[in-house]
Amino acid sequence: MTGHPENAASFVANEERTHWHDQSLWFVRAKRDRQASGIPEWEALREAASAIKTHTLSRLADYLEEFERNAIANGIQVHWARDGVEHNAIVHQILASHGVTRLVKSKSMLTEECHLNPYLEAHGIEVTDTDLGERIVQLRKEPPSHIVMPAIHLKRQEIGDLFHIELGTDKGASDPKYLTEAARGNLRSKFLGAQAGLTGVNFAVAETGGIVVCTNEGNADMGASLPRLHIACMGIEKLIPRAADLSVFLRLLARSGTGQPITAYTSHFNGPLRGGEMHVVILDNGRSRILGQQAFRRSLSCIRCGACMNTCPVYRRSGGYSYGYTVPGPIGSILAPQRDPKKYASLPFASSLCGSCTDVCPVKIDLHHQLLAFRKVLVDLKAVPLQKRLSMAVMGFVLSHPLLYRTGGSLMRAIVPRLPRGLAYGRWNPWGIQRELPPMPKQSFRDLVQKEPS
Amino acid sequence: MSSRDAILDSLRQNVPPPASRPGPITGIRYADPLKQFEETLIGAGGRLVRATAPQDLASELANIDVYANAAKIASLVPGIPSRNVDLSSIEDPHDLEGIDVAVIPGKFGVAENAAVWVPGETLTPHRAIFVIAQHLILIVPAQEIVDNLHQAYERIHWSPNSFGIFISGPSKTADIEQSLVIGAHGARSCTVILV
Amino acid sequence: MPNVGLFIPCYVDQLYPQVGIATLRILRRLGLNVEFPREQTCCGQPMANSGSDAAARPLAERFLEIFGKYDDVVAPSGSCVSMVRNHYDHWLHGKPRFEHLRDHTFELCEYLTDVAKVVNVDGEFPFKVGLQMSCHGLRELRLGRSSELMVAPFNKVRQLLTQLRGIEIVELSRPDECCGFGGTFAVGEEAVSCLMGRDRIQDHARAGAQVIAGFDMSCLMHLDGLIRRTNQSQRVMHVAEILEKAKLS
Repeated sequence: MTGHPENAASFVANEERTHWHDQSLWFVRAKRDRQASGIPEWEALREAASAIKTHTLSRLADYLEEFERNAIANGIQVHWARDGVEHNAIVHQILASHGVTRLVKSKSMLTEECHLNPYLEAHGIEVTDTDLGERIVQLRKEPPSHIVMPAIHLKRQEIGDLFHIELGTDKGASDPKYLTEAARGNLRSKFLGAQAGLTGVNFAVAETGGIVVCTNEGNADMGASLPRLHIACMGIEKLIPRAADLSVFLRLLARSGTGQPITAYTSHFNGPLRGGEMHVVILDNGRSRILGQQAFRRSLSCIRCGACMNTCPVYRRSGGYSYGYTVPGPIGSILAPQRDPKKYASLPFASSLCGSCTDVCPVKIDLHHQLLAFRKVLVDLKAVPLQKRLSMAVMGFVLSHPLLYRTGGSLMRAIVPRLPRGLAYGRWNPWGIQRELPPMPKQSFRDLVQKEPS
Repeated sequence: MSSRDAILDSLRQNVPPPASRPGPITGIRYADPLKQFEETLIGAGGRLVRATAPQDLASELANIDVYANAAKIASLVPGIPSRNVDLSSIEDPHDLEGIDVAVIPGKFGVAENAAVWVPGETLTPHRAIFVIAQHLILIVPAQEIVDNLHQAYERIHWSPNSFGIFISGPSKTADIEQSLVIGAHGARSCTVILV
Repeated sequence: MPNVGLFIPCYVDQLYPQVGIATLRILRRLGLNVEFPREQTCCGQPMANSGSDAAARPLAERFLEIFGKYDDVVAPSGSCVSMVRNHYDHWLHGKPRFEHLRDHTFELCEYLTDVAKVVNVDGEFPFKVGLQMSCHGLRELRLGRSSELMVAPFNKVRQLLTQLRGIEIVELSRPDECCGFGGTFAVGEEAVSCLMGRDRIQDHARAGAQVIAGFDMSCLMHLDGLIRRTNQSQRVMHVAEILEKAKLS
């Protein structure tokens, strides 16, 4: 499987399109800045959100039990899934026992993680993703490329062509309003015909035993309020202790992720519809293991806002697919190798460690420090190519021995300027593909400093 | 061992060091919360109308084009009648499809984000009314505009199985090339009337 | 009179010696007792950033042995200083003089503003200058406010340069986006690295910068490589080179 560097190089080869992608995401980062600058207590909010998550994670089992107790008292049925396989089986069982063959779904990265859609489809259930971006990639049979803006990588003409085939829109039409109206009509009939609605969970509140779902489109509400069966899927880390804590997170979430003060709909589902059923499926899938890792446990604070992706200069210029994982960008580059270190070994290195992600993260996850820490884990696991490990060992050896270092330096400065250009810039020299080598001075600093008056 | 026990066990074996809750946050205050609410609502694609007195509500509504031209109006506001819709006879929320305008009372508004709190008990007989109607009009008492979301949550009382929603402007999406389109799946317009 | 150990990063020593000389002269002219311990080689960052802790650790230990004796340590580099202040702890925690070393190792600009308390910069530099606020210096050492943080603005580099007669510090559209160097990233993710660098240069160019000034030669080396390959006109300079001719007090 190709790693990030190869995928990114293909993406970047279309420079115009890369700049378009980069600009689209930078625009969202800029909106975030405008919103954040209007809140004088912004940094205090981030600190509070970080502290609430850290506190919650320090007592997660207790809070989960409290949540379960209160959810059950609300009339919600609570299920627990160790991994994605169990999760999918539980969801399927709930649907099958109600004879459901038509399901509508609002955005849930967790269900992407578990590959729920193909599983249900293989069992004869039609699954319609109702978030417009998710619907677009679903029709294209592609995964989302961003956790909040799934179709950010697509141009309107491509969506127009897709809708012409799938929804019967006019050939060549690409006006977003026209296309959205077509999707509205098509999805409205899906909502009306659905026998169950599945939503994700932005926040689960231990104190109330309820869940909160944030959307701009209203698709979670439509899906959960028309059919009588509502299934909500959540990771164990989505928990927060009290309803009042929601104010902290909701003030940060949309401002950070999309540059709005709040999403159009913030729905607090605390139980089933009259005569209906509500189920919550709680998933572990490796999260409890991460909790035990001091270097990486803070990644569990993630509220999946997407701000780190919007600000990441590498993500913006390589796109979500370069990462090859459900969740891309900085947070994805920590979560993915947690799941499979060898498969995703290139991801923690797909970063210049600039730290912008850490500074935008609403819950103050030390993202770039975790990326660095993961590199060490990968070297220890020998998941990094031998050649790379060897060259670092050699470099470390040379630099530990001053005489070797000085000799090596002198040789480099003497020889490189004399090499014919074809040799200096051969295939062995990836630096030189697009850059000139630095000019090699005759004398090093330590040579020159001898001549300085003391 | 059940999955539940396995998961809770795993969490208790991997427990991080203790960490206490943070102190309370002092949220932003606005010199003119109503002005902030209005500007933010407009930014979210909504519209604000300031009714001068409760009696004006009916005439304010009549001035709203979508209301005046609507064939079917569902009103959850006492004193404002529905039009061509008998909510009490609708047993299935699917039969709400086709309603042009829903007029719904909001408990209070939040200046920082133009959100209006609509508690579940308001949304009778079917909570889908606020999202299935083509247009939304929210009636909010003008004195009940708080500055920030912290104050908002202080006002909310939770009872078992109580739904509640913050609505901030109409339904929208920017999923196609970041181009904002109002009216994705829910309301195509959202007007807040402050009374 | 504090004893100052001059820490010259390996690539400055070998490739940009004039930056080291400028740094030495600036510090000496302030009346400081500056010594360049010749046994130094490298802080270990390239190895540490590649996850090769085992290769980096001996370098950290050497660094402490060599520099532990000084009152202050100053380097013309943000990322190397960040390595010492923020990343040496897990190898050197508890060792004698480590805490002192960690708390007294400074990048040049912050040393000038915070420790030497330079307030007057008397000199000239009649050029349009784009500031390259390299990421480690910016976000790890907080040499200025990063655009992501909602705190009062400040910039120690700008503070020093702004007094130079004739200087015009141009406004970039993305004042602190990464240049794409990132150490081994420059080679491991060559395509993205170079696009990031070219985008930075375009930003400087559109803003009218004649000189791209920074405090980390590694970033400037990467930008310079791209500039010279594409025959553009900007010149890269380290802040030390710009301040060298000025009178600081």
